[in-house]
Amino acid sequence: MNTTVLGAVAVLIVLAIASAWALRMRSQAGRLRQPRSVLEITSDDVGRPLGERATLLQFSSAYCQPCQASRIVLRDVAAAAPGVAHVDLDVRSNMGLVRRLGVTRTPTVFILDAAGVAQQEASDVPRKADVVSALGRISGGAHPSGARGEAGPGIDHASWAS
Amino acid sequence: MATPANAMTRPGPAHVDPRGSRFGAAVTTVLLIAIIILGPRSLVAALLLAIQTVAFAIGTVLGPAVHPYGWLYRRLLRPRLGPPAELEDAAPPRFAQGVGLVFAVVGGLGAITGLAAVFYVALCFALAAAFLNAAFGVCLGCQVYLIIQRLTSRAG
Repeated sequence: MNTTVLGAVAVLIVLAIASAWALRMRSQAGRLRQPRSVLEITSDDVGRPLGERATLLQFSSAYCQPCQASRIVLRDVAAAAPGVAHVDLDVRSNMGLVRRLGVTRTPTVFILDAAGVAQQEASDVPRKADVVSALGRISGGAHPSGARGEAGPGIDHASWAS
Repeated sequence: MATPANAMTRPGPAHVDPRGSRFGAAVTTVLLIAIIILGPRSLVAALLLAIQTVAFAIGTVLGPAVHPYGWLYRRLLRPRLGPPAELEDAAPPRFAQGVGLVFAVVGGLGAITGLAAVFYVALCFALAAAFLNAAFGVCLGCQVYLIIQRLTSRAG
């Protein structure tokens, strides 16, 4: 086979597979879903009291831009919602918890109810609207005050879609 | 504890403008595409691969702040783009450059020894990683880094 054709075909295949994979990861990432098993987290596990109504638990690593984005989303939701705590844990200093919860990438986010049971989880940056509506379901209907879609400072709404 | 929300440190060897890494990945992608299409017996491809290998080596040993593609980025693009909104740690791009270096060397050896399959496979992997970084901002290095940390911590 002509070398140039072989090379071109190889390039096209690589780019096609890589693109398909990345687009699939992107569409799945950040989606909130029910944890596969019952995960219970206590305030001892995280080293501070859980939120009265819910806790937004995030696992981050030190070099991780999406972790920063996730941090911003969760911090803003927690700030606008009374009784909701935001806890951000570094995976390196919490390896026991990381293994127990099956955290495989960062950021990973768990939404815990008042009893510390994980009701939702997401790998990658969750969408603010998804977190807010999950909180509404978990804590029995009372929406946090920022829920009507007003942009908090520094929140780029367009970035949810990316 | 996770690092605090970005303290704006000055760009330098330890913290870099993340857009520079992505630009570098784009340049790498273009070069690798040309090398693969030209094939293992092309002298031009050999020259391009040598250039790319040296670039990977500089990025690995000296870090992205000193990277030749980073230099291009700072001279050509960054004046038009303005300062970065945030900085990233230099360690994972450096790790990624090291992985690229390994692939480039293996691919080069494949070409030299006449093992065309090695040339194509190694450079296609390198292309996939560079393309994912350039086009989607996906940092495979970050994810691999985390896996390595988990494994080494478990052993500890």
